[in-house]
Amino acid sequence: MKPPPVVYHGPDTVDEAVRLLAEHGGHAKVLAGGQSLVPMLNMRLTAPARLIDVNRLDELAYVRTDLEGVRVGALARHADVERATHAFEAVPLLRQAVQTVAHPTIRNRGTTVGSLVHADPCAEMPAVLLLLDGEVLLRSDRAGERVVKAADFFVGPMESACEEDELAIEAYFPKPRGRTGTDWRELSRRNGDYAMCGVGTSVRVDDTGAVTCAKAAYIGMGPVPSVVDVTGADFSGADFCAAAEHAADQLDPEDDIHASAEYRRHLARVLTARSLKAAYEAVAP
Amino acid sequence: MTEQLHQITVTVNGVARRGEVPARRLLADFLRMDLGLTGTHLGCEHGVCGACTLLLDGVPVRSCLIFAVSADGHAVTTVEGCCEAGGELGPVQQAFQDCHGLQCGFCTPGFITTITAYLEENPKPTEEEAREAIGGNLCRCTGYQNIVKAVLRAADLKRERESADE
Ligand SMILES: Cc1cc2nc3c(=O)[nH]c(=O)nc-3n(C[C@H](O)[C@H](O)[C@H](O)COP(=O)(O)OP(=O)(O)OC[C@H]3O[C@@H](n4cnc5c(N)ncnc54)[C@H](O)[C@@H]3O)c2cc1C
Ligand code: FES
Ligand code: FES
Repeated sequence: MKPPPVVYHGPDTVDEAVRLLAEHGGHAKVLAGGQSLVPMLNMRLTAPARLIDVNRLDELAYVRTDLEGVRVGALARHADVERATHAFEAVPLLRQAVQTVAHPTIRNRGTTVGSLVHADPCAEMPAVLLLLDGEVLLRSDRAGERVVKAADFFVGPMESACEEDELAIEAYFPKPRGRTGTDWRELSRRNGDYAMCGVGTSVRVDDTGAVTCAKAAYIGMGPVPSVVDVTGADFSGADFCAAAEHAADQLDPEDDIHASAEYRRHLARVLTARSLKAAYEAVAP
Repeated sequence: MTEQLHQITVTVNGVARRGEVPARRLLADFLRMDLGLTGTHLGCEHGVCGACTLLLDGVPVRSCLIFAVSADGHAVTTVEGCCEAGGELGPVQQAFQDCHGLQCGFCTPGFITTITAYLEENPKPTEEEAREAIGGNLCRCTGYQNIVKAVLRAADLKRERESADE
């Protein structure tokens, strides 16, 4: 189908975009990569009166890495995040996960910040932000700039803390501390599809190889991405099954047309064990 | 409601093309309806099938998920532009003919544009890489085997033509 009639704005600066959002708030939608919004417009699942196209805001097209972590501007495409070697070196999980977001052609246009705001429960990057304890910087005329922690950002399925008059400016992915390995893996029906279950893990070890912190983040297992701390689990078995079991027990997936709850929980167990093992082996002495 | 029209200029296959479009005109429909370039096909209109793929400033994107107004000032290459300067078949087009890489041809424009850009990035793909490269494009006819062969053949043809030019 074709999208419904809409009034278009193509601001050239962030200030102008924020002003337009203040003026048209509840009736306007930000158009970033359009890889989620335009399908919804084409299927007429949404019909905003106005679109505020942020694709000319070149000032937000950046992926910056410093000693603390990686900052991804709102106009950085998934493909920019994937390609940035400095970002991969500081926060390997970014590339590990973004490579499983859709197909390369979609990643050429879709933005990482857009996928955070969109907050699909099966999307990868929200879980990455959550696992790393990242933040999103928002700006509006009303509230000025505010930083929202990942734990407060994903409110419900397709619902984030970004208000209707706010523009998401950048996402911050902190570099994991100490000797930390990470891993991402997922299962989808076809390569590039949204995952039925996806797991990201981070495992910190001390110099002797003992696990001092271990966490697993999940997508497709509930209305919002979730993180389970498995630091206290039994890591003595070389296959990490006990820790995976412990994590999967705390998830409460639902049945839907893509997979049953029981199958999802099974996937979570298998993928978590493999993922913890890979993350551990990346840094074990 | 009379829809507001936007003046846009898009460089299509090297030629600046002007148009007047409502905001909701998809880039694919601008090419097909306003410019009469019907090589770009629309299958699903939600980003899944890949038939509408074209190159925006050289990068493959779905033209069913971009508004024509957003493409104002940018350059687009469609399947019509994937040929040689004299109009002969380009290496990817030729390879599809040689390898019987199409049947009904509906999906073909999306494959041709995707592969054209891919070979710039990776001029000598393995068979596995070739499969990965076309993973975002659906074909309901061929079973993909001959399309994979066409990717490899196109890489050879492109190299041959480039070395003949030197
Ligand atoms: C075929 C296909 C397969 C896909 N598969 C996956 C997948 O496996 N995993 C995955 O994670 N995603 C997938 N996606 C979605 C893709 O990752 C999108 O790019 C992403 O969800 C949204 O980013 P966008 O820049 O395209 O945002 P848009 O579609 O432009 O916007 C999405 C929403 O976020 C809002 N928004 C965007 N940016 C901002 C901002 N800066 N400030 C305020 N609001 C903003 C918009 O108003 C809109 O409501 C897929 C898409 C397609 C078409
Ligand atoms: S028509 Fe654009 S991807 Fe199917
Ligand atoms: S040749 Fe018919 S869909 Fe591909």
